[in-house]
Amino acid sequence: MALATRTDRRSSIARTVWDSSVGKKTVMAVSGLIMLLYLVVHMIGNLKIFFGPDEFNHYAHWLRTVGAPFMHEEWTLWLIRVVLVAAVVAHAVSAYQLSRRDIRARPAKYVHRRPRASYATRTMRWGGVILGLFIVWHVLDLTTGTVHSGGFQEGHPYQNVVDTFSTWYGDVVYIVAMLALGLHVRHGFWSAAQTLGAGSRTRDRALRATADVLALLLTAGFIAVPVGVMTKVVS
Amino acid sequence: MKLTLRVWRQRAADADGAMSTYEVDGISPDMSFLEMLDTLNEDLILRGEDPVAFDHDCREGICGACSLVVNGDAHGPERTTTCQLHMRSFQDGDTIDVEPWRAAAFPVIKDLVVDRSAFDRIIQAGGYITAPTGAAPEAHATPVPKPDADFAFEHAECIGCGACVAACPNGAAMLFTSAKINHLNVLPQGAPERETRVLEMVAQMDEEGFGGCTLAGECATACPKGIPLVSITGMNREWLRATRKAAGR
Ligand code: HEM
Ligand code: SF4
Ligand code: FES
Repeated sequence: MALATRTDRRSSIARTVWDSSVGKKTVMAVSGLIMLLYLVVHMIGNLKIFFGPDEFNHYAHWLRTVGAPFMHEEWTLWLIRVVLVAAVVAHAVSAYQLSRRDIRARPAKYVHRRPRASYATRTMRWGGVILGLFIVWHVLDLTTGTVHSGGFQEGHPYQNVVDTFSTWYGDVVYIVAMLALGLHVRHGFWSAAQTLGAGSRTRDRALRATADVLALLLTAGFIAVPVGVMTKVVS
Repeated sequence: MKLTLRVWRQRAADADGAMSTYEVDGISPDMSFLEMLDTLNEDLILRGEDPVAFDHDCREGICGACSLVVNGDAHGPERTTTCQLHMRSFQDGDTIDVEPWRAAAFPVIKDLVVDRSAFDRIIQAGGYITAPTGAAPEAHATPVPKPDADFAFEHAECIGCGACVAACPNGAAMLFTSAKINHLNVLPQGAPERETRVLEMVAQMDEEGFGGCTLAGECATACPKGIPLVSITGMNREWLRATRKAAGR
């Protein structure tokens, strides 16, 4: 039997990836890992607040001159911002679309219910929404100062951080978001490894352990700052 | 044993369904779950009622036809098929809920019977080899390394029952699809279609309206054949490889 000659056109790689549930999950994994990498660096940078206003503010100013003299002032910073915004948007859009597909695929619930999967797994969706809202608030609070409590001072991040964490709601919002982050990273890091095909039977324990350690370090490291302000270690 | 059953009854695909309660008596602990349902059906027929429709064929755990969600678990509390589940797994006086597989891609036909032809179409999209096979070849003609043979066999165990879909909170068919892909993609006989197989089977899986994987792991827990969750990781790896290759060509 002769096989028919295929005449359909091959679609572009971007189309193939975006149109496939497996491909879209890859977008989610890659954008998630980009954000994760950024958060590790961000968390370490934040800890400099424990070495006083001079060191912290100096670090913040340095961020604007990274890459000089090759890069003009703030070029590198803007480059990072563009990549991060792209990652957040790609992650959120694919999360939304994949979640809609998942919910549509299972319209009828079982009458007999039983508890399912791990806590971190079940909280990915609303945890992600919390993180999304937090990111917006966080930028408006400490980057643009739009919703900052007390006078926002451009170029004085140390004082701005102390202001934010001197309000009870600033502390609550931040700590809740960081706990959500820990849960999200715990399932997310391991999941991303599976999505990208990097997981295996022999590597599973190491991957899960890395996810736990990453989640714990990020959450603890970020929460240290508001706790430092609350306990007046930072003031 | 005397049991109370709450069974999903639905007259037809487009009819509304509901749980109906039945009492069954004289059940032996050595009966299989399906024999217990046979007992109920004999009762119903004698009373002039419509018997409960459910799928079954081999009744020895190898065909994949039986498909019941028992007390919220696909294939019930033991890690086996419903036909190999025995009533000794329950206590006298228990109330047992029996429901059909639930997924948009597996619509209910009647009572506990669902339409699983979506699986057939996924297989048709690439779950085969095109090499002419003819009579059984000499076993050593195509050498297969032992670990590959074991890997292929582990995945070939999938009986296409659909418990993975029924258990998945997203109604995803990833475990089934990955079992088929891994089984054939590791073997030399499956090599010619290695890329098209994974691309087309995944595309068909999406087309059928199955959900995506969120690595909840419910599928691998429910699977009567022990297909592991990392099979999905393997399928993802094959899909990414095939997509890269298709783009490079
Ligand atoms: C815009 C806010 C966010 C939303 C709406 C969101 C939502 C989600 C959802 C729904 C999932 C899929 C969960 C699952 O598969 O069960 C996910 C996965 C993931 N998220 Fe997020 N998330 C957000 C922010 C973040 C952030 C800030 C990070 C950085 C650490 C991150 C890292 C990840 C990773 C690594 C995955 C795993 C991807 C995969 O399963 O392959 N997410 N996210
Ligand atoms: S992977 Fe397991 S649960 Fe899914 S269809 Fe195959 S045998 Fe059934
Ligand atoms: S009836 Fe064949 S596997 Fe259960």
